[in-house]
Amino acid sequence: MLPNDPLADVLYVDLSKRSFRVERREDLFADDLGGAGAGIRLLAETCPPGADPLGPDNPIVLTVGALTGLFPLASKTVAMFKSPHTGNLGESHGGGRSAIAIRSAGLGAIVITGASVSPVWIAVHGRDVHFRDADTVWGMTSLFTAGRVIRANEPGAGVRCIMRIGRAGEEMVPYACVTTETYRHFGRLGLGAVFGSKKLKALVVSGDAVIPTADPKVYKRVYKEIFDATQSDVMRKYHDLGTAENITPLNAIKGLPTRNLLSGHLPDAERISGEGLAEHYLGRRVACAHCPVGCIHIAALREPYSDDPYFYKTRMIGYDYEPIFALGSLLGIGNPEAYLRLMDTVEAVGLDCMSTGVVLAWATEAMERGLVSERDTGGVQLVWGDDGPYRAAVYGIVAGENDFYRALRKGAAYAAAQYGGEDFALSFAGHEMAGYHTGAAAHIGFLFGARHSHLDNAGYSLDQKALKSGEPVAPEAMAKALVAEERWRQVLSSLVVCFFARGIYTPDVICRALACAGYDVTPGDLEAIGRRVFRAKYDFKLREGFDPSAVTFPERIFQTPSATGRIDRDGFAKALEAMRAEVLAD
Amino acid sequence: MTRLDVLDTERCVGCQCCMFACARRLDVVSLGLSCIGVRSAGGISRGFRVVVCRACEDPPCAKVCPEDALRLRKGGGVIVLTDKCIGCGLCQQACVVGAVFWDHRVNKPLICVQCGQCARHCPYGVLGLTKGDRPGALAGASTAEKKAADAAQ
Repeated sequence: MLPNDPLADVLYVDLSKRSFRVERREDLFADDLGGAGAGIRLLAETCPPGADPLGPDNPIVLTVGALTGLFPLASKTVAMFKSPHTGNLGESHGGGRSAIAIRSAGLGAIVITGASVSPVWIAVHGRDVHFRDADTVWGMTSLFTAGRVIRANEPGAGVRCIMRIGRAGEEMVPYACVTTETYRHFGRLGLGAVFGSKKLKALVVSGDAVIPTADPKVYKRVYKEIFDATQSDVMRKYHDLGTAENITPLNAIKGLPTRNLLSGHLPDAERISGEGLAEHYLGRRVACAHCPVGCIHIAALREPYSDDPYFYKTRMIGYDYEPIFALGSLLGIGNPEAYLRLMDTVEAVGLDCMSTGVVLAWATEAMERGLVSERDTGGVQLVWGDDGPYRAAVYGIVAGENDFYRALRKGAAYAAAQYGGEDFALSFAGHEMAGYHTGAAAHIGFLFGARHSHLDNAGYSLDQKALKSGEPVAPEAMAKALVAEERWRQVLSSLVVCFFARGIYTPDVICRALACAGYDVTPGDLEAIGRRVFRAKYDFKLREGFDPSAVTFPERIFQTPSATGRIDRDGFAKALEAMRAEVLAD
Repeated sequence: MTRLDVLDTERCVGCQCCMFACARRLDVVSLGLSCIGVRSAGGISRGFRVVVCRACEDPPCAKVCPEDALRLRKGGGVIVLTDKCIGCGLCQQACVVGAVFWDHRVNKPLICVQCGQCARHCPYGVLGLTKGDRPGALAGASTAEKKAADAAQ
């Protein structure tokens, strides 16, 4: 890396002491490029073994990468922490302006430790760090309102990011998310709850640092090559319909989890598909900073007030494939307006939409089967397809209203352990499923992915390839392919390149781009980095008690045929065995 | 001569590729050294505002410069004469759209030179180079009057 690159500067903030310092850490950024690579090392250093995820010792690590700011789509921030949801590695990637803002502040990483006694938001403007009193915005019903207040009180309009939590984060619901720039999230493993445990309402970052390049002429040439590639057909699907484009094909192959995975097909999915939403509701498209693709799709929902004629409200609500699956098909919701209303509620309180949908789906089936009654739910009758009761349940979860909602707060597996219905609690090693019932690879990949995300190794893609070719994947080959893909994705997420641009950022292109940032690396070096980062993440997982031979998954996946047919138990067991060996191999 | 125009802000997705393109003209990578400002119009849900130099015919920024450091550009707008500029910041105050940006490294204004690099990096047709007169301060004035106005600068 270049000796004058501020990327190697790490900002350490101690919320207990309200103090901060910047330390130069070239070791992290020169070897491992930043992002996931630098993040896992910072996490392993700063998180004491066995730390309480909601205690002051659990750090929040945010990192960006060597290409951030320099090239398009290197625009993700990697968050690392210990997850309050699984008690193990928490890693979440978010976009918006977060990565460019951190880089522009002249930083490569921010590490937040300790806990504040009273609500606070941290504002990082270049090298100035402020601790602002957040008492007034704490407890606000909607995270949008809190965002508005913070916007009005901070400089840096246009180039700042505002990562904030909602009520769910404040209440430390273990699957609360952090929202940035209204429509992007650090979702899944409960970063929002970690913020909440530190009484940290928000983190604002801005700056105007100059990012150095090795040779401006070469840089401009490589830039043009990459920028032009972003305008090609490779990116068209994200550009046109966005990730919601996947609803129609997944539904067609019966791989779209529906009504708590009682089925893989929703008959009226057309209305909540990318095409259907674009035709009737798409109101605006926006992009992350330094990404010309603009995959963020926002629906305009216009609704009348029932108590006053000619009085309307119009809300702008984001949609993507996973939220549509979790708060749509999985709950039997095929009505786009019902989906959008539920989505808006989940956004306002700042819950991870996927875990929320899976938890509500379990609750609905449990109610249908008589395991749960209206006495438990406080009179709320959960019914497939009806958004009203679901929205009431969301508020119940956030408020921890009674024993039942307090159980839902802890996830589908925990709730099922209390009330029954473990067979259909769609929890994989304690984490709620993603929107793919495509076959064994999707589930195995999710179970063993180092950051416990379906995006770790894209098992669903492996299943779909098998479906197309008609050739089932043998267990060992599956394990090898999944881990190979995941190792490569460590390179992308260390560079913080959006996975949507993986077709553009080939090893060769990455090496040339990195040369502009003063890195002398070969495709072979990249492979070694991928291997090393994957290993480091697994080392942390094992240190914190992950047992590869004790992963849990629901019986339901064997009962409902997947896109590639009924999942064979023996084959699944063999694939599990092969995967265990593969993730533990060096 | 051509000048930069905001053709349709409603098409802006807020990617800021134009801002990076603008800074690359100076061989730097920085959102802080761009002559374009893209920011949300009161939250991203409402879309974006795109602030660029309007290439005024009779630019207020030049009028207030005590050092004549902003030379009128043919076709509208100004050229910053950095050796004359004392960094007083009056030009920035005079621009009602906020299109005079600031290079904090040297304490001098950054003003669009109407080169069109930003437009070439806008995939959505928000920005474009346009030709010909547009109704401006001297619209309707005779050639002689325009010359007189020029001379008065």
